Amino acid sequence: MFTMIPQLAIGIADLAAAFLFMYGLQRMSSPATAPSGIFVAGIGMAAAVLASFLYAFDVSAAAQPHLLVNISLALIALVLGGGAAWWSGKTVAMTAMPQMVALYNGMGGGAAGAIAAVELFGAKAQGSTQLVVTLLGALIGAVSLSGSLIAWAKLDGVITKPLRVKGQQYFNMAVLLVLLAVGGYIVFVTTRGSDPLIAMPSLLAVFFGLALIFGVLMTLPIGGADMPVVISIYNAFTGLAVGLEGFVLQNPALMIAGMVVGAAGMLLTLLMAKAMNRSVANVLFTNFGDAPKQKQSAIKGSLKPVDAGDAGIFMRYAKEVIIVPGYGLAVAQGQQKLYEFVKLLQAAGVVVKFAIHPVAGRMPGQMDVLLAEAGVPYDLIFQLDDINDEFANADVALVIGANDVVNPAARNDKSSPIFGMPILNADKAKKVYVVKRGQGKGYAGIVNALFYGDNCDMVYGDAQAVLVKMIEAVRGLGTAAAA
Amino acid sequence: MDFAISISGFVALYVFMLAAFAGWVIIGHVPAILHTPLMSGSNFVHGIVVVGGIFALLNASTTLEQGIGFFAVLLGAGNAAGGFAVTRRMLAMFQTSGTAAKPHHKKKV
Repeated sequence: MFTMIPQLAIGIADLAAAFLFMYGLQRMSSPATAPSGIFVAGIGMAAAVLASFLYAFDVSAAAQPHLLVNISLALIALVLGGGAAWWSGKTVAMTAMPQMVALYNGMGGGAAGAIAAVELFGAKAQGSTQLVVTLLGALIGAVSLSGSLIAWAKLDGVITKPLRVKGQQYFNMAVLLVLLAVGGYIVFVTTRGSDPLIAMPSLLAVFFGLALIFGVLMTLPIGGADMPVVISIYNAFTGLAVGLEGFVLQNPALMIAGMVVGAAGMLLTLLMAKAMNRSVANVLFTNFGDAPKQKQSAIKGSLKPVDAGDAGIFMRYAKEVIIVPGYGLAVAQGQQKLYEFVKLLQAAGVVVKFAIHPVAGRMPGQMDVLLAEAGVPYDLIFQLDDINDEFANADVALVIGANDVVNPAARNDKSSPIFGMPILNADKAKKVYVVKRGQGKGYAGIVNALFYGDNCDMVYGDAQAVLVKMIEAVRGLGTAAAA
Repeated sequence: MDFAISISGFVALYVFMLAAFAGWVIIGHVPAILHTPLMSGSNFVHGIVVVGGIFALLNASTTLEQGIGFFAVLLGAGNAAGGFAVTRRMLAMFQTSGTAAKPHHKKKV
């Protein structure tokens, strides 16, 4: 009787939270409604967190004496964790968003793993089903934690090179098998009620340790440009772990939220892999971009460097310009200057559009966010399928800091490692300018036939510096005409 | 009356299946331009794990459990608060030509 009211309140709050999460995500189907979507989801979260303190009325007898301490600890943890993350989320640079999302995601995975640890070390799981689900959630959560931390380190530049050793995949597989065996053994001795060979707490520690190590090993060999897939997959992992622990705690809000995110992460993972024309397994288990393995078809033609100012003036007198920005633009911090240049072109009556490849950037859709940050209206930004036919009508395609995603070899060279990957047809434009730091190759380590085409000129230099020169040239034109 | 929730094996599978379908369909409608906010937004949604952390911590009876529970709430709260902050920030930046505003970057001093 005494616990009835808190139970009812928690039930209602969690139900509302689950509904608001789904409704909020549903509102993300358009940039116009999306801000209200995250807002209502936030209300759901606040309600669920507040209501969860009502669990205090219904704690187990063993925890009763510690209740006051536990409530204080919970409040401190909420304020510390929430406050620090809130502050970092408010101040982080938009270019650093992928590593931030990886970090928050790892925290979620760690939280799910920690909940499982409380259940396991406290021997609270009842029955073999509960135990198996708890262990599974613990495994996935721990892998997501350590894997996301490695992804964060790679994205943040702490780890700069993929770490690859011969036979690594076999070693990882062995670690996973041992991990599963330890988990199986834990279930076996617990359900049998027999004594394990080593004490249960140590056994659990080994289990968690191996899971964390596996997450590290799995992520270390994966290269930077494959990060969109990695971030998506760990997002799915954390969702799954949260859903499983939701079942263990008998909390349907966690189950639903976790599973929705798990499915969402899986969908994004598949989309990203498709955009690279590779399977998810290929991204995770093969060392891509090491060195060109196949012989390529010979490329005819030569690289033709031009002056940035001349290219800028040429675009000023074009009718339509399509810009293909890549990660190199973000590295050079050139988004603001790019939009400044675009505004000059627009003022001169040039139609300007942006063409975004799905894997431009280090996480799905990162380039869209970076352009939005620079002030580019989203109705100028087009995705691959929507704009690819239009390159043929464009006077100029301006490729900035992108390489593999505009390589026509993906369309017509069967021997190319990227053959079959969907690309932006920049080569179909009447004129192509490629802004590039130097003559280096892209992530796939292959030569780009586009650069050697008759219609293509190269503008060498740092993207931001090049754009400044283009802006100056076009501005100079304006004042000359006025004088 | 008793409002305690009890979900057994098969019911759990039904819940998981329907939630997965719903997630797949809802996310499938999100345009590619919003994939980054979507990812951080769904990241925020699994921050609900903090509720589970609070439950575990309130029911902790040993120092070890308290320690791990504290860790769970700390991380879960970080997941939720951080995910919300970055998602809201990013979504506020998307503008149409009609309302085209100034760039959102901070002015250099």
